[in-house]
Amino acid sequence: MKSRTGKRRYTVIGVLLTAVMLFPVYWMINVSLTPQQDMRKSPPDLLPLHPTFEGYRAVLNDQMPYLGTSLLIGLGTVALTLVLAAPAGFALAKLRPLGGGTLGLALLVAQMIPGIVMAMGFYGIFLDLGLLNSWWGLIIADSTIAVPFGVMIFTAFMSGIPGELISAARIDGAGTWRTFRSVVLPVSRNAVVTVALFSFLWAWSDFVFANTLDGGGTWRPITLGIYKYIGNNNQEWNAIMATAVVASIPAAVLLVLAQRYVAAGVTAGAVKD
Amino acid sequence: MTIARVDRRSQRSPARSGATGTGQRTDASDLRRRQRRRSRLTALAFIAPLVVYLAAFYLYPLYRNLDLSLRDYTVRSFVQGDAPFSGLDNFRTVLDDPTFGPAMRHTVIFTFASIAFQYVAGLALAVFFNRHFRLAGTLRALFLIPWLLPLIVSASTWSWMFNSESGVINYALHFVGVSPVDWLNSPDWALTSVVIANIWIGIPFNLVILYSGLQNIPAELYEAASLDGAGAWQQFRRITFPLLRPVSAITLLLGLVYTLKVFDLIWIMTKGGPGDASSTLATWSYQLGFGTLLPKFGPGAAVGNILILIALVFGLLYIRVQRRQEA
Repeated sequence: MKSRTGKRRYTVIGVLLTAVMLFPVYWMINVSLTPQQDMRKSPPDLLPLHPTFEGYRAVLNDQMPYLGTSLLIGLGTVALTLVLAAPAGFALAKLRPLGGGTLGLALLVAQMIPGIVMAMGFYGIFLDLGLLNSWWGLIIADSTIAVPFGVMIFTAFMSGIPGELISAARIDGAGTWRTFRSVVLPVSRNAVVTVALFSFLWAWSDFVFANTLDGGGTWRPITLGIYKYIGNNNQEWNAIMATAVVASIPAAVLLVLAQRYVAAGVTAGAVKD
Repeated sequence: MTIARVDRRSQRSPARSGATGTGQRTDASDLRRRQRRRSRLTALAFIAPLVVYLAAFYLYPLYRNLDLSLRDYTVRSFVQGDAPFSGLDNFRTVLDDPTFGPAMRHTVIFTFASIAFQYVAGLALAVFFNRHFRLAGTLRALFLIPWLLPLIVSASTWSWMFNSESGVINYALHFVGVSPVDWLNSPDWALTSVVIANIWIGIPFNLVILYSGLQNIPAELYEAASLDGAGAWQQFRRITFPLLRPVSAITLLLGLVYTLKVFDLIWIMTKGGPGDASSTLATWSYQLGFGTLLPKFGPGAAVGNILILIALVFGLLYIRVQRRQEA
């Protein structure tokens, strides 16, 4: 219908819009490569003409433990979220448990509670239990962001699994647990990937819980690494931005590997068809 | 809904089979009842971990927070746990605080300005990307990046871009002849700065949801409209926008609920300052509870509970809209 030049014009406009939108990301990379003496230059260099890796060297020297902790907390949150959310999603979708409707409502409401309020509640509890400044305390706190979302994704996805598939497994003599593990989970791979992806990203990006519950320990995540960097030396912006670039790598990698899951996750979390 | 229906049926059927009276039937219904009880126990076993988790890590922290807001805490009593009950005193303190008015106003401005611009930009981009052209899918995926980046990364990048002396934004303004603005340190501009950064972060979310809404509008409608001679703007006004209304409602309400809780971004960029020029209920609550050397846990928790109340009002509205769409 459209002429070929018309379509090409759309591509050009699209590239321009994307460039504008991603300018801050480009700027972060540009600043991370700018030498210290050029940092306050006016006008700023729009291209990394004299790239330096001193910022990245600082990351390697100072931030590796933080990155390790974030990885640990991210993977722990993924595991905890999947273990809790997948069976519950299956039950809500297929087993019609008592009080299932109330539970669904509770999960929706849970997503609306501000993280800062949860942080204050957790602070008191963790103080009592001596859990402050521990990495597993943070896994527990971070999972509260992902678990309600995870249950909703699993419920929505597993409702779509044909009932015949489950009855067939039953007739073959599989109990509910076997059916869940050997039939339902394998066909729900997409939902598992979506939930894992989002729980990892949320745990990796968490700042509120990290800053309130894990401010002083030895196991601190990368978000605090950046935050402390900004506080301590707001001169070395190339190092701060280099840390930011490194901290963004999981998001970038996951986006490339799993972009359709990302879109699926955003929409499934918000609009149910 | 379905659960209630199943319950009612299960209550009725034993009575009915009892009425028929024959022994065999009773056995059969006994068996069925036993099976039903078993499957109900299985279902319970599948959700039990989640229920325990929600009780321990949602309800209990919320209870602690409520308790915190009803007691008179000092650092010492916080550790020893013997703070006296003070009723609604903390709420009264908070409502009388000179920061309350500005924080409330900033929360409203921040939330509504953010979602209005995010929605308009997201909708325009969704319509744009709904056309078929080369690279459309790739570019749309790239648009997700700002939303996936850790907030501290976006916040610190925007902080440096907004820097008054060496920031690229002031450089761009200088280029078009506008004198430099001290974005983050000026009471007049701090709130605007964080709103701009937050709009940037929220556009992808709006884009994705609205785009998926557009996908559900049948192409025939547009074909018929263009046969009738409707231009692009008329098609948007008469078809796209009205048919997208349910999805728009969900997008805006979710945006509202999410934006109300935004804390990291503002805290990292301005700490709610200068003064309280960019403080919202969320940052103020944090400021009271954790931001100083003399924490005011009680009032901080009170502000948090007020925030929950506001979020719940919009949350219930969201649930209502979603229910109505499903029906």
